[in-house]
Amino acid sequence: MATNGHNGYAHRPELVIDDEQQGLFRVHRSVFTDPDILALERERIFDRCWIYAGHESEVRKPGDFVTRRVAGRPVIISRGNDDKVRVLLNSCTHRGAIVCRELSGNAKVHQCFYHGWTYTPEGAINGLPGADAYSDAFDRNERRLQEPPGGVSSYRDLIFVNFNPVNDVSLEDYLADAKDYIDVMADQSEGHMEVISGTQSYSMKGNYKLLVENSIDGYHAATTHKRYFDWLASANALDKDVMGSMLNDTDQRARLTPKVLGNGHAIVGRAVAPWGRPMAQWIPYFGEDRKPRFDEMYAKAVERLGEERAYEVCMTGGNLHIFPNLIINDIMSTTIRTFYPVEPGYMEITAWCVGPEEEQPAERALRLDNFITFLGPGGFATPDDVEALEACQRGFETVKEVQYSDISRGMKRDPHGDDELQMRAFWRQWARLMNASEPASIAGVPAGVGV
Amino acid sequence: MPTATSIVTRHEVEDFLFEEAALLDEWRLDEWLDLFTLVCGYYVPPTDVPDGDHRTSLFLIADDRARLESRVEQLKGRFVHAEHPHSRTRRLIGNVRIREVVGDTVRVTSNFIVYRLRLEVTDAYVGRYEHTLQRDGGSFKISERRAVLDLDALRPHGKVSFLL
Repeated sequence: MATNGHNGYAHRPELVIDDEQQGLFRVHRSVFTDPDILALERERIFDRCWIYAGHESEVRKPGDFVTRRVAGRPVIISRGNDDKVRVLLNSCTHRGAIVCRELSGNAKVHQCFYHGWTYTPEGAINGLPGADAYSDAFDRNERRLQEPPGGVSSYRDLIFVNFNPVNDVSLEDYLADAKDYIDVMADQSEGHMEVISGTQSYSMKGNYKLLVENSIDGYHAATTHKRYFDWLASANALDKDVMGSMLNDTDQRARLTPKVLGNGHAIVGRAVAPWGRPMAQWIPYFGEDRKPRFDEMYAKAVERLGEERAYEVCMTGGNLHIFPNLIINDIMSTTIRTFYPVEPGYMEITAWCVGPEEEQPAERALRLDNFITFLGPGGFATPDDVEALEACQRGFETVKEVQYSDISRGMKRDPHGDDELQMRAFWRQWARLMNASEPASIAGVPAGVGV
Repeated sequence: MPTATSIVTRHEVEDFLFEEAALLDEWRLDEWLDLFTLVCGYYVPPTDVPDGDHRTSLFLIADDRARLESRVEQLKGRFVHAEHPHSRTRRLIGNVRIREVVGDTVRVTSNFIVYRLRLEVTDAYVGRYEHTLQRDGGSFKISERRAVLDLDALRPHGKVSFLL
């Protein structure tokens, strides 16, 4: 896929080389370092795709709000008095100040401290001092807090936004086959999943696309995470039967494979793993006294979902990527992770733990505990991922000579758990959106296609 | 104000905390682990819920004795890639205050700046320590050690892969 000819790429090398015939896939490393490419990504990807903003459980009641940055913009996620969730751009429509300067809370109105303009939780102007000073042309409704022009939409309580003024793709169409795996994750709950207290806000000195790759990478587990797996074994947590079955069982090996879900999304999994699941796969590390409770939870799930679905939801896990910057890893716990490129070589990451709203205290504590054994900046695994990606970014200083990364693993064979098909799905969508002189649609890329 | 059956002075608590800091900065990790009671906890709460409980909020670190022992074993090995080569740390501890003395249990708070120096980057971790100490002979053992960060986020720090 050549990138020559438009938008100043006439003299640039091919950024993505996709040679299915030979089974070679190469990505030019300037995509990780070049500020011009980042500028184009912001325009072609972040301002066109559906981007994760937050979770319905973060704003339960009318007036509830959280503030954060989404796709590089400061926003207020606000539940209105009409019970509808809106994402409001957090900039006063007077002269620009951040209106809501608290992280979260409940407010009847949001007041800008600068000149006192106030807004409702729906974003309308509630009042402003000296309102008689304006001409008839001044329209309060036009001065309401702005919203993402391409829409706000939720799927299974995950709130997404779209900044493309001419967006014509619904969230459901965009999510394609990834919906099925969001469903499996969310089916842990009889009702709704909820974001649990405590946010992991961190960073990496690396390009955000490295974290997409890393989050759905099976190949790195044995080496990057050796110390985690050694801990798992030494803590007697290692379910040797499961480990053995993963290695030798053709069914588990078939399950632990990358699957292309359409529109750039992909999953690795879902398969049984040795680290247990809070709902509801018991392992010895959890303690013998807990086993009856796990049996009870599993039986209830079978009653609710049927045998096959209960097995899928309770006993298996997977690493899911929603293009371009959302990871939902439902593994030893359940994490939602999103990230944004501040610079080509620096990203900001936010991660949460989610769990069933009806989860009992003992299982909730276990969910959180199982999370931090692996995940998060203090766990036994994520810090080594941070190290790996930062090491790659430092390595990219050689980009003039060492130009291409190789992402060819598994192109000429049926997908294995340690192959790179899921990354190629990402890169093919990336190239599709970045290369075209005419903007390609963010949707319409079928699932299950590509090697 | 300490209400004590035995008097605990700030001097001896500071000495203990400074000694602990030296063990950590010098990566004398086994000796540091020896400062803990057999049932103990090492906690780093999330930046947005500093007074949280690890059973209901997602912490960065919540180690019991067994996990803390493993953490130390890992750091002594070669496979904590995030600490290979090791961070150099230099911690400054101040504002040491004895908050409560009940029998042999002493609760102490102090302020910390832990500089992490690695790969030509310096990161400052700023916060307060909350130690629960148990009198042990002429010294103390740590039954609970909480490192509460004042940072809004681990940016640009990225991780807490060393012992904070």
